[in-house]
Amino acid sequence: MKENVKAKKSFNSNTLLLLITIALFIVLYAGGCIAYGSKGFTHFQTFLNILITNAGLICVACGMTCVMLTGGIDISVGALIAMDCMMLAVGMSNGIGAVPMALLVLIVGIVFGIVQGFLVGYLEIQPFIVSMAGMFFCRGMTAVICTDQVSITQEISPTFYAWANAKIIVPFGGYTNNKGKYMAPYVRPGVIVALLVLIIIFIVLRYTKFGRSLYAVGGSETSAAMMGLNVKAIKMKAYMLSSFLCSIGGICYCLNTMAGSVSQATGLEMDAISSAVIGGTLLTGGVGNVIGSFFGVLINGTISSIVKTNGKLASSWPNILTAALLFVFIVIQSLFAALRARRSK
Amino acid sequence: MEENVVLTARGITMTFPGVKALDNVDLTLRKGEIHALMGENGAGKSTLIKCLTGINDFEAGEIHIDGIEGSVKNHSTRDAQNVGISTVYQEVNLCPNLSVAENLFIGREPLTKLHTIDRKSYNTRSQKIMDELGISVDVTQNLENYSLAIQQMVAIARAVDMDCKVLILDEPTSSLDDEEVEKLFTLMRGLREKGVSILFVTHFLEQVYAVCDRITVLRNGTFVGEYPIAELPRVKLVAAMMGKDLDDLAEIKKEQKDFSKEPMEISAKGLSHAGTVKPFDLDIHKGEVVGIGGLLGSGRSELARCIYGADKAQTGSLEVNGEQVKINQPIDAMNKGMGMLPDDRKAEGIIADLSVRENIILALQAKRGMFRQLSRAQQEEIADRYIDLVQIKTASKETLIKQLSGGNQQKVILARWLATDPDFLILDEPTRGIDIGTKSEIQKLIVKLAGEGKSVLFISSEIEEMLRTCNRMVIMRDGQKVGELDHELSQEGVMKAIAGGESK
Amino acid sequence: MKTWNKIKSWPLFLPVLALLIVMAINIIHDAATGANPLSFFMISLRNTTTSGTILYGRIIDIINRGSEVAILAIGMTLVVSASAGTDISVGSVMSLCASFMCMMLAGYGVSSTTTLAVPLIVGLLCAIVMGLVCGAFNGTLVAHLSIQPMVATLILYSAARAIGLLLCNDLIVYVRNPSFAFIGAFLGPIPTPIIITAICIIVVSLMLKKTALGMYIQSVGINAKASRIAGLNSKLLIFLAYMLCGLFAAIAGIVASSRITSADSNNIGLYLEMDAILSVALGGNSLGGGKFNLAGSIIGAYTIQAITTTLYALGVSSIQAPVYKAIIVVIIVVIEAPPFKAFMNRWSASRAAAKGVRA
Repeated sequence: MKENVKAKKSFNSNTLLLLITIALFIVLYAGGCIAYGSKGFTHFQTFLNILITNAGLICVACGMTCVMLTGGIDISVGALIAMDCMMLAVGMSNGIGAVPMALLVLIVGIVFGIVQGFLVGYLEIQPFIVSMAGMFFCRGMTAVICTDQVSITQEISPTFYAWANAKIIVPFGGYTNNKGKYMAPYVRPGVIVALLVLIIIFIVLRYTKFGRSLYAVGGSETSAAMMGLNVKAIKMKAYMLSSFLCSIGGICYCLNTMAGSVSQATGLEMDAISSAVIGGTLLTGGVGNVIGSFFGVLINGTISSIVKTNGKLASSWPNILTAALLFVFIVIQSLFAALRARRSK
Repeated sequence: MEENVVLTARGITMTFPGVKALDNVDLTLRKGEIHALMGENGAGKSTLIKCLTGINDFEAGEIHIDGIEGSVKNHSTRDAQNVGISTVYQEVNLCPNLSVAENLFIGREPLTKLHTIDRKSYNTRSQKIMDELGISVDVTQNLENYSLAIQQMVAIARAVDMDCKVLILDEPTSSLDDEEVEKLFTLMRGLREKGVSILFVTHFLEQVYAVCDRITVLRNGTFVGEYPIAELPRVKLVAAMMGKDLDDLAEIKKEQKDFSKEPMEISAKGLSHAGTVKPFDLDIHKGEVVGIGGLLGSGRSELARCIYGADKAQTGSLEVNGEQVKINQPIDAMNKGMGMLPDDRKAEGIIADLSVRENIILALQAKRGMFRQLSRAQQEEIADRYIDLVQIKTASKETLIKQLSGGNQQKVILARWLATDPDFLILDEPTRGIDIGTKSEIQKLIVKLAGEGKSVLFISSEIEEMLRTCNRMVIMRDGQKVGELDHELSQEGVMKAIAGGESK
Repeated sequence: MKTWNKIKSWPLFLPVLALLIVMAINIIHDAATGANPLSFFMISLRNTTTSGTILYGRIIDIINRGSEVAILAIGMTLVVSASAGTDISVGSVMSLCASFMCMMLAGYGVSSTTTLAVPLIVGLLCAIVMGLVCGAFNGTLVAHLSIQPMVATLILYSAARAIGLLLCNDLIVYVRNPSFAFIGAFLGPIPTPIIITAICIIVVSLMLKKTALGMYIQSVGINAKASRIAGLNSKLLIFLAYMLCGLFAAIAGIVASSRITSADSNNIGLYLEMDAILSVALGGNSLGGGKFNLAGSIIGAYTIQAITTTLYALGVSSIQAPVYKAIIVVIIVVIEAPPFKAFMNRWSASRAAAKGVRA
């Protein structure tokens, strides 16, 4: 009986992090609504815009969560997105269709992930070092493909242009503007892709053997091996999944920017990591889920959106605020870990 | 194959670079027996187990398993599980962040038609398994919420549910208290009834006699013999393990002496540490050896840690040599002439990647401070002196400590403290997990130190050992000091005191 | 074979081998392009209008340009050893220190100046204090809150550069003052950064030789708990390592900023944390903490600079160079990886066995 009481408490501390995250998002967003209501922050479309801007980041954060669950990290994602965008832009400028290029990008993502995963899983090299090399490689490769900025215009690829500009109307939450015209809220195709990825990864993590084995590896690698799991293969698959999702994210990202350039998506890896951490994923592995990471992305997006709406704040504020949040959540995580350690003593 | 025999290993031989770890070793396990595998450190017990479970590749010999044609050679723990050999180690090899049910089923989860995991079905099946084994847990809770003993039982339940014929328990009782050990034994006996063969490795002699049917003894990598338990009394077992009749274990005890007139070395008043030790008073005189008796978790280590500042005392005061002192961390205690050999040698004792020399001089150097570095010549002189004094068996003083055997590592830590010339030495389980020969050497050393006027606080799980060396014993129960015994120390008396009013 | 094994087990084997390979590539390239094959090693005196008579040569250039990485590598080595983790914020901290210093020297909001608003020494001290503060922040998180080093330093990695931009009011602040520019220029014929690096290396080496700091840090890095019981203040030592790392990041920031006589927040120290970590790994130090070899890290740092310079000489543009660096990193870590070593050992053993059978 005594054991069960103890168990209840700790169950709360794990979900508590997620609840704090969701609450924080609501508070931030409500704060934005109150402060900038006059600038249209209260419109449903503002929220949808956050989703549209961050569609790519959502996919990346899902992949990052999977890798972090195993206790690893993948800092190559930002550079991989830059490489994806550059491939798409250059490929389509040379007359290759949007669909084959998108497929090629996904295949490159998988291959890149397999190489990273092999180095981490089978050669047991530190994930940070491997993905750092991956980051160097992708950034440099982007420049090798083309050193200039390449734009994707309607002439270059009508299909891709159509994807980027498709509006998917959301049937509720619209408003009538001051000219009396009904403004229907909409999202872009990227959002649908991102939400699909989110749902699929949620199911994979919770209801499949592979998903649970990620948690097992993150909980204790030696134990997972002792219990007959193929730790090396699981790790490799995690990195493969991360790079694959990152490439999907890269296509979504490109739909927003419609260009390829060497300096694109710099620091995106930090956004993805901080989203996951803010969402309750433990950096030591074994704890976390994509719903939390999704809210992490929304929090990051809301901060940028508020700063942008304000218009007067320096462009570096979102970075500083995200870092400050990251700081707070990392400290909370470590306090929880310390509490748990004390209790088990 | 003999009737009822589940596993036979014949002529197993395995060499590590330079050492013959196993030389022509035999092992026979019968259906439904608990079989003890005994031997001192370095006898080859772990190596043999690793050969059975596929972690080590043995060079010669054959393993036969009932129902399988020909010789079996495993290459991974998975292979071993497939032929029915499962192992549960002292450190539980489960995932603390997953639920009990998941830990039971991971890697072989029941699936629904959609190839997703059938959570409901494995939760109910897990609950049934645990109930059948008489372990009361809520299987949906995370494993980390349960005690080590329960975790170990979950590991056993997993092994049993995977149709294991042979269950290897490698030192499962090392970190359990008596009550938990008894629970574990009940579980083991239950499994024996079900026809599971258990290979039980332990350092505790009493436990062998409490639960085992047969004993296989190894010594220096060779097979000594296999005996039914009734034919091998304790003394003979020790003799078989040591390879000689043991005079060393006879009385080392010095003559009783009245210490109350000796000057006070340590005097604690109302020291406590939240959650582990309630306020206690303790006086230790010069030249006295005081033992702390109590079960694991009774606060016996914590009391010592509190004095030494390893866990900072939150209340109370401490006098050393009659002088009031404030101790915030170990270095403060060291500056007052204390030293502490912690119970967990690996986690808190050795600095694995440093040499024997560096490990010996570390505490002395810390005491001198960063800016007064010992010269290389001084370091070597000190290292040589103590390697000689406590007879550390090492290839050279520049050998990394991690390459030494457990007993020799412990001697290095002991040397580290002797080098600081302490007036008061705390020894927490100095003899745990080391062979009997080294044990008696350490016991003799304690008595010798006391003879030189140093005070010693000695903690051990083995009461006999404390009876042999201590002048006085402090008894701990549930984080509280419940009594002191100063004369007429006897096994029975101490046991009664430890058990308290509810003694059986 | 035996001597070969002996050489292989020498702690500086890897960095020295890498350096030799880079030199060989240079010699071959020079020979192939018809230049003097030994031009890589040639040092000459050259007269310039701006700095007078200075030393000139590719080696001098590498040692000069490698100064920042070498200085960072010192701090990084200590951090890796003490805390079994890397400080990934050093590049950003460099930039922050440089921004803070230039802001102080020029005055807030001033984008270009030739006269100093405060004495140079005040500006330098500001940079150093800022570095120490950043180091203390990282150190507190790692040592006192037991947060994984990489994660703890992630915070400043993403924030420091942004704070620097904020301090400079989103501008690139130019301080075109000769006394400031001197730090990144020449002292007599020798580039000043080389002298500063040499001083840093000598001071730290003396500290490691004459005090027990080296053993303390290694001991804490191998087993912090045991070190504490043996009387070391583990937390303080880890904290100290991060403080030193912050200090060296500040010095590197001063040098980098003085070279370009400005605080370019977005570009100073960009990716240098990677080079610093790489130097430590290339120097034969385990990124898992514990034992370290400072000389290895420093040779590693110059090797990396030599690689960069060589790539430029081979006509690779600076934004493409990371591809090759990445490949080099992977080769190094793969060679060092225990599973790879085990595989190679098995392979050579089976080959030896096959030979034995044939004989």
